[in-house]
Amino acid sequence: MTRHRLFWPGLILILLLFSNLFFTPDFFSIQVRDGHLYGSLIDILRLGAPLILVGLGMTLVIATRGIDLSVGSVVAISGALACLWISRLPDMNQLSGVLVAIVLGVLLAVALGLWNGFLVAALGIQPIVATLILMVAGRGLAQLITSGQIITIRSSRYALIGAGYWLAVPFSILVALGVFALAGLVVRRSALGLLLEAVGGNPEASRLAGIHSRRLVWLVYGFSGLTAGIAGLMISSNVSSADGNNAGLWIELDAILAVVIGGTSLAGGRFSFTGTVVGALLIQTLTTTIFTIGIPPETTLLFKALVVTLVCLLQSPAFRAKVLYRRRRPGPAEPSPSQPTSQLEVAG
Amino acid sequence: MTGITKTFPGVRALDDVSFRLFPGEVHALLGENGAGKSTLIKVLTGVYPADQGSIRFEGENLQLSGPHQAQQAGISTVYQEVNLCPNLSVAENVFIGREPRRFGRIQWRVIRRRCDELLQRFDLHLDPSSMLSSHSIAIQQMVAIARGIDISARVLVLDEPTSSLDADEVEQLFRVVRTLRDEGVAILFVSHFLDQVFALADRMTVLRNGRLVGEYQTSQVSTVEVVTKMIGRELEALTQIQDQPNRTAGALDSRPVVLAAEGLGRRGSVEPLSLAIREGEVLGLAGLLGSGRTETARLLFGVDVADSGTLRVDGQEGILRSPAAATRRRLAFCSENRKTEGLIPELTVRENIILALQAARGWTRPLSRRRQEELIAGYIKTLRITPSDPELVVGNLSGGNQQKVLLARWLITQPRLLILDEPTRGIDIGAKAEIQRLVVNLSDDGMAVLFISAELEEVLRLSHTVAVLRDRRLVSVLPNADLSQESILELIASGVSS
Repeated sequence: MTRHRLFWPGLILILLLFSNLFFTPDFFSIQVRDGHLYGSLIDILRLGAPLILVGLGMTLVIATRGIDLSVGSVVAISGALACLWISRLPDMNQLSGVLVAIVLGVLLAVALGLWNGFLVAALGIQPIVATLILMVAGRGLAQLITSGQIITIRSSRYALIGAGYWLAVPFSILVALGVFALAGLVVRRSALGLLLEAVGGNPEASRLAGIHSRRLVWLVYGFSGLTAGIAGLMISSNVSSADGNNAGLWIELDAILAVVIGGTSLAGGRFSFTGTVVGALLIQTLTTTIFTIGIPPETTLLFKALVVTLVCLLQSPAFRAKVLYRRRRPGPAEPSPSQPTSQLEVAG
Repeated sequence: MTGITKTFPGVRALDDVSFRLFPGEVHALLGENGAGKSTLIKVLTGVYPADQGSIRFEGENLQLSGPHQAQQAGISTVYQEVNLCPNLSVAENVFIGREPRRFGRIQWRVIRRRCDELLQRFDLHLDPSSMLSSHSIAIQQMVAIARGIDISARVLVLDEPTSSLDADEVEQLFRVVRTLRDEGVAILFVSHFLDQVFALADRMTVLRNGRLVGEYQTSQVSTVEVVTKMIGRELEALTQIQDQPNRTAGALDSRPVVLAAEGLGRRGSVEPLSLAIREGEVLGLAGLLGSGRTETARLLFGVDVADSGTLRVDGQEGILRSPAAATRRRLAFCSENRKTEGLIPELTVRENIILALQAARGWTRPLSRRRQEELIAGYIKTLRITPSDPELVVGNLSGGNQQKVLLARWLITQPRLLILDEPTRGIDIGAKAEIQRLVVNLSDDGMAVLFISAELEEVLRLSHTVAVLRDRRLVSVLPNADLSQESILELIASGVSS
């Protein structure tokens, strides 16, 4: 069981959650107040929802050996456009107006993702360079949309996405869950997952097998734009404002980290949505824990780095073989039982 | 090495194998694919730890924890694929990781001088500061050997060193190996080419299915005996395949043409060429390494896009612009490089086999799991892919079985034309016979096959028609009936039929 790729991140997540009990005894309690679910766990899910979304998009990009650095900027842009539209409405609560704002924000995000895909798949620019362009330029675009100001809006309808509740559950959790379920269903029920893993595993062999890898890669960046766009709406809705400078700042790094913690290799190939969700929750729990146990703010980043390093080390079969099993396995004298499947990584 | 045992998930790769190697001898390690040769070498060179057994080296027990340690103990390995850095110079490659330094500064002059001396010793006349990639594979291989020897190797392991060399280069390599042997180096030589083994080796060890069959003096066994020991049954396999052209010659002219190329060419790749393949026909493509065999196949399959000429597949005209377009016209192409251009190593056997079919259907029309299993079960059985578990990761299979997986991937698409580029290279004699028999059966069933091989004997045995390439130009297309190895060699050499 310890060889399952989600064992170590899962274990650390659970340990982190329990460590909160020492500082907040009612950490695990979930209450219903005014017909809404309340509790620290709910908060972690709610605040982690944007990261989960961005991470899902990032997972597919990384599976094709790519990377998308522009997601933070796309988060800012989609939120900025939606808030700008709403702020111009005569009535900020007008349903059709809010819906148009949402559609506009998402469409622009998808378009930006497809632009990345165009640079990578059609022009053959290295993903890290191609998306770096939008990472930098996108902040400027967001500034242009907001005219360098922070746009503040007052729309209870728009606030639903990031701060509202539906059937007692925070709406953002439902959105993240929905996208996770839908994407998982599409990818694994169709042949998309297999073809993406093939493209990431060996691009040239995939092309020779007749896979339209360009189209797939293009599609994947479009999907990354989509999830970043939804995350952008969520973040801006939660604070009822759009900040071109700081919305989604550094979220690309957290998303990449979530994907890696979830067991998807940066070298492409096999990917796992579930892993990414665990990774994203781990990062969000870590952030929350740092606040609740009162680690001095100036050391939070260091603390975070330590935990993440630990997770990554524990996940590495080479590291575990060296450190954890040293004493238990004295040498070749031990009889050789047939080994469980995850040993394949070593053999391959 | 005594009592070495190594197990991988689902596979017992080595079972109580013992092996001796003496200084000043060339010792050949023989066995079919999957017999455990590679695993034994990897245990010897510290890549894998052995589950059981021990290694004694010059009387001392050797505990290897990694390739680096093996190298320091004096065991150097040169692999089939040269594992040097092509973007560095020859001298840098020889000394990488152990540069002579003074005050922390690398002494380039010393490096160049010592490299020059070393190359002289091997009778290689190259500029040590030239880029490694500017030399042929054979030279690169010898640079790798030179590096291995310079790290004071007392044991040199050569894993399939000759598979990408031509006859002259092989001879050059053998000279170097013999010199080293006479200097007292113990050399372990792994090769599929039996004639080379017999030409070079003093003794040989034969493995079969991870078990030791025996150790023999080269002078005391015959080729047939060795093959029999390797495959464990009598060698009838190859002789069972009768000469293809005698069976179906003549009947082909009336069959429809599957693929016809007219002046098809690409600048820098192949000169414009014209050829046609009919249903049920095996067209053999002969020529030296670098004569344009693979390039022709890539052009026909749309891997490289032709810039002149026309192509008709089943009467439909149009140049193919991608492999995807080629599969739509029901062509199939097994590339010679099964590792880089064939398989996806981390995916399972099942996933690798259905890949081309699934790609042709598009991602929106997935094959159900049950349908996949039905489809591949037959191929795993008829091609005798072992181990037969479709959920194993393909990278763990032996070379011959990987080749069969690649074949299965294309057979499952039921192609009209199957292009096989060196399908029998680097695989053992049993699997080779199976693949040859398969080609015969497929053509009997009406499939057109373009068969590319460096082995003329194989081309002649299987083909109805032979096309000869020379210097990236198609020099002639001839019916097999009155061809011999000599007449083809003459065509290759002179470009004119005698």
